[in-house]
Amino acid sequence: MARDFSWIRPEPWGIHVVPADCWIDPSRPVDRALVTHGHADHARGGHGETVATPETLAIMKLRYATSEGAVPVAYRETLALRGGISATFIPAGHVLGSAQILLEHAGERIVVTGDFKRRPDPTCPPFEVTPCDVLITEATFGLPVFRHPPVEHEIAKLLAALAANPERCVLVGAYALGKAQRLIAELRRAGHHDAIYLHGAMERMCQLYEELGVDLGELRLVSDSPKADLAGSVVIAPPSALNDRWSRRLPDPVTAMASGWMQVRQRARQRMVELPLVISDHADWDELTQTVIDVNPAETWITHGREEAMLRWCQLNQRKARALALVGYEDEDD
Amino acid sequence: MQKVWGIIPQDFPFTLMERFAALLDALVYTRSRNAKLKLLADYLRETPDPDRGWALAALTDGLDFPAVKSSTIRNLMGERIDPILWTLSRDYVGDSAETASLLWPNPEMLTEAPPTVSEAVDALARMTRANVMTELPRLLDRLDAEGRYALLKLATGAMRIGISARLAKTAFAQAFDVSVEDVEEHWHGQQPPYLALFDWAAHGAAAPSSEDLPLFRPFMLAHPLEDAQLDLADYAAEWKWDGIRVQVVRVAGNTRVYSRSGDDISGTFPEIAAALQVDAVLDGELLVRGVHQGGEEGGAASFNALQQRLGRKLVSKKMLAEYPAFVRLYDALIVEGEDLRPLPWHERRAKLEALVARLDPEHFDLSAVIPAADFAQLITIREGARDNAIEGVMLKRRDSPYVAGRKTGLWYKWKRDPLLIDCVLMYAQRGSGKRSSFYSDYTFGCWDGDPDSGAELLPVGKAYFGFTDEELKWLDRHVRNHTVNRFGPVRETDKSLVLEVAFDSVHLSKRHKSGLAMRFPRIDRIRMDKPAHEADRIETLKAMVRD
Repeated sequence: MARDFSWIRPEPWGIHVVPADCWIDPSRPVDRALVTHGHADHARGGHGETVATPETLAIMKLRYATSEGAVPVAYRETLALRGGISATFIPAGHVLGSAQILLEHAGERIVVTGDFKRRPDPTCPPFEVTPCDVLITEATFGLPVFRHPPVEHEIAKLLAALAANPERCVLVGAYALGKAQRLIAELRRAGHHDAIYLHGAMERMCQLYEELGVDLGELRLVSDSPKADLAGSVVIAPPSALNDRWSRRLPDPVTAMASGWMQVRQRARQRMVELPLVISDHADWDELTQTVIDVNPAETWITHGREEAMLRWCQLNQRKARALALVGYEDEDD
Repeated sequence: MQKVWGIIPQDFPFTLMERFAALLDALVYTRSRNAKLKLLADYLRETPDPDRGWALAALTDGLDFPAVKSSTIRNLMGERIDPILWTLSRDYVGDSAETASLLWPNPEMLTEAPPTVSEAVDALARMTRANVMTELPRLLDRLDAEGRYALLKLATGAMRIGISARLAKTAFAQAFDVSVEDVEEHWHGQQPPYLALFDWAAHGAAAPSSEDLPLFRPFMLAHPLEDAQLDLADYAAEWKWDGIRVQVVRVAGNTRVYSRSGDDISGTFPEIAAALQVDAVLDGELLVRGVHQGGEEGGAASFNALQQRLGRKLVSKKMLAEYPAFVRLYDALIVEGEDLRPLPWHERRAKLEALVARLDPEHFDLSAVIPAADFAQLITIREGARDNAIEGVMLKRRDSPYVAGRKTGLWYKWKRDPLLIDCVLMYAQRGSGKRSSFYSDYTFGCWDGDPDSGAELLPVGKAYFGFTDEELKWLDRHVRNHTVNRFGPVRETDKSLVLEVAFDSVHLSKRHKSGLAMRFPRIDRIRMDKPAHEADRIETLKAMVRD
């Protein structure tokens, strides 16, 4: 008998777990939300109750300054919801606190990946393959041209540019949650222990990472530092600040950006980037397709990104798949 | 002071193809001319022969591999990836070579070292249409994604990274600390990988011989005449005709027409190349027959007419008939083997006048010397010419030799006072380089009727210079505080600010909605005092057209 998995229903504003009457990553306020991770397109404020990992809840508290109805759930801890549903949060390897959510009901298993990647990240526990009947996956970089190079290669490029320009600074645009901290941690791992300078918008998130046990080394604020100190240093700012007035205070910056989109030359040119760093917190094409193979679900549902190519790949590989038209999940800066 | 950029450090990356690939990428991401020059110069200095010569040829469109077409890439990929996945990828990336470089399967292990640029060029040159589908993959399998991108760009010749021949020569001169004039002089006639040229510049060998070749000689250029007055006993005055400066060269029956940047434009003006029947190197202004410059006597059309002929690879008979071109001669550098450049201007002039009498009058005439007794009379004559389209006056020192470049005191250009019009700021865009955070490119418009009875603004031009640094800061703040709309990088303003725009001339144009196109528009003044509805109307600008 064909199963229809009707107890879970994708709507444009989130995934509805019907018997439990709760929503995964809803983009509008609901009574009860299960949240995969702290990025703004997945974690919104204003829900009655928010179930998430303690790290994600701490990030949301920082961003929305409210923690009412927070229900912390540890990785691999199973939570019994209404309607005979159980939910288990499993590491997704995307950013600190990020989780896949395994939902079980009447012997059927559905995994919602949220955003994920398969590569090691010193700031969060790695993705775990979880067998299931339906895999609901992201596809942000779901085109075969997206094959992220090893992060070490990109960090070496950054350090080489820094060494070649002692009188300038290297200004890296990086998403304030996750990418910035991973970049810092990878620089430390590569042996770069100089002070790293931050745009003000990065400060509190970096502090939170440190409080949650991620060592980021010596960080200083650009606003507290004389211009001369910044020469020969790495400066990290949100992508929107790269070509804005804020960057005028820096000593002749080499403009870099850490993002999976930097793989495509025209995208880097459009952002006026001189030094593109292909560093992404999302799975690339090989990771996306390998994950479908590893998890080996009966069906693959694709939430957001370049779903056409993923659908085509599933078709070519005799895998049942469908695209869910979810709105509001697109990450131009990652 | 020149900015030092250089994002590619010397020891990274390692192989020659990776080095070339890194250069290509850095050139793609670099916008400033100085930074491009430094990247190229560093590469030319640090890279061994013959790789650097082949790279130089590739960057300046000097290579052609008939076996590799852009369809070759599509066909290669058709054998390796599902066509729908290819199309989705190609559409997203927007460039076939880049898409293929990313999609090409990474070999399990590299069995052979990556090819050098010269190895790749060798292999590509030997490929035939029969074996390209097996030979090109063998090269691609030895490279990573960046290397594959460089190889495919090299193979298909579609670099599109904005390196002109002139920029490449300037970088070459910078790399080896030789003069760009010497590079120009020795470059022509040399074939890739330019070993003799590198030998000369890098190792002090004798300069390559250039006899019997129709070479480009660097132009003599003028400084602007600020407020100075000159003694016409020392200086001769000529009109500054508004066309394009050209050099016509004929050696041993081979003729070339070169533009000011040294680009060969003989194909665009075949009638000029065919008309020169004397071995000579001549300097003049390329013009189209007409009456706008200097009236019947002047015999030249406006720049707008010449524009119809520029940039065409094929010239139709109709074009030749409707816009007949000719060269108004300013100077003679070499005549029948005699190098006149060391002679004073008045001696060269006498020889030029004698030569013109022997040339085809339909295609060559002489730029007359203005018969002014003194500077005061010259001022009067120049003002009398205010109404026609001549660009201004040239002043040339009578005892000066013909020297390349811009040497103080020898030649002056005395341009006409600019035309002025009050426009309204409509859109602004961020600049590049040191202006990258400033809104410094301005589009401005004039009213298409009475603004008090509902007329609208039509864009008439775009300018990104003319203002001081202080004014730029002010304009930037104005744009940010008066934005009503955003279209990508462009901001639309509330159209409250009047800018006084200076320009050299205005022409009819089908390309613009206003039907007008300005030459050299620049922001002359910010008119904070003037309300927008008092800015000028399109009809005022139209009345200034001299086409």
